[in-house]
Amino acid sequence: MFLADVIGTVVSPVQTPILDGRTLLLLRPLTPDGAPQGIARIGIDNIGAGVGDRVLVVDEGNSGRQLIGDPNGPVKTIVLGIVDFVEIDGEHVYAEQRRGKVARITP
Amino acid sequence: MYLARVIGRVVATEAYPGLEAVPFQWIQPLDEEGQDSGQPLVACAAIASGPGDVVHFVDGREGALACPETFVPVDAAIIGYVEEAVAFGRNLVDEARR
Repeated sequence: MFLADVIGTVVSPVQTPILDGRTLLLLRPLTPDGAPQGIARIGIDNIGAGVGDRVLVVDEGNSGRQLIGDPNGPVKTIVLGIVDFVEIDGEHVYAEQRRGKVARITP
Repeated sequence: MYLARVIGRVVATEAYPGLEAVPFQWIQPLDEEGQDSGQPLVACAAIASGPGDVVHFVDGREGALACPETFVPVDAAIIGYVEEAVAFGRNLVDEARR
């Protein structure tokens, strides 16, 4: 599982049937202390997350299929939690109440 | 699951049983700006798509599950055609096609 910021939404009118009716979110993967890490992901929303939320994401097929409820679904990346706070070595490195606006990383 | 742009197609007349009718395509993964990121790869097209289209794909064992025959040696499959991917007020599909 990894942490990510929800940075956008994805609209896909033609897709594998198991994804019909589900919300696809554009995710920016993060290190534990909140620095961007790696390429953007697309996650299936399973919790009601929205743009600006910091979320917990599972990126493993069996867990994904369990959450979606289909033993043969081609799914992998699922948003399964909205993060309240992250504590490392006794310090809050992220708190939902004090979160800033998720911004574009200027190229 | 990742965003990608279809950049070409691969034709294999001899393919593993179960993959004969499955089209292969070259895809280029995209970052959150809609720009190319990382190496292109070949993916099965579980959803009809062609060069220039922006799609989303799944990697790993799940790629095979998107194919008509699910016990096949596949590690990436296109699972959706992306019409719009909006981040920070910009449509990444337009950025990718630029």
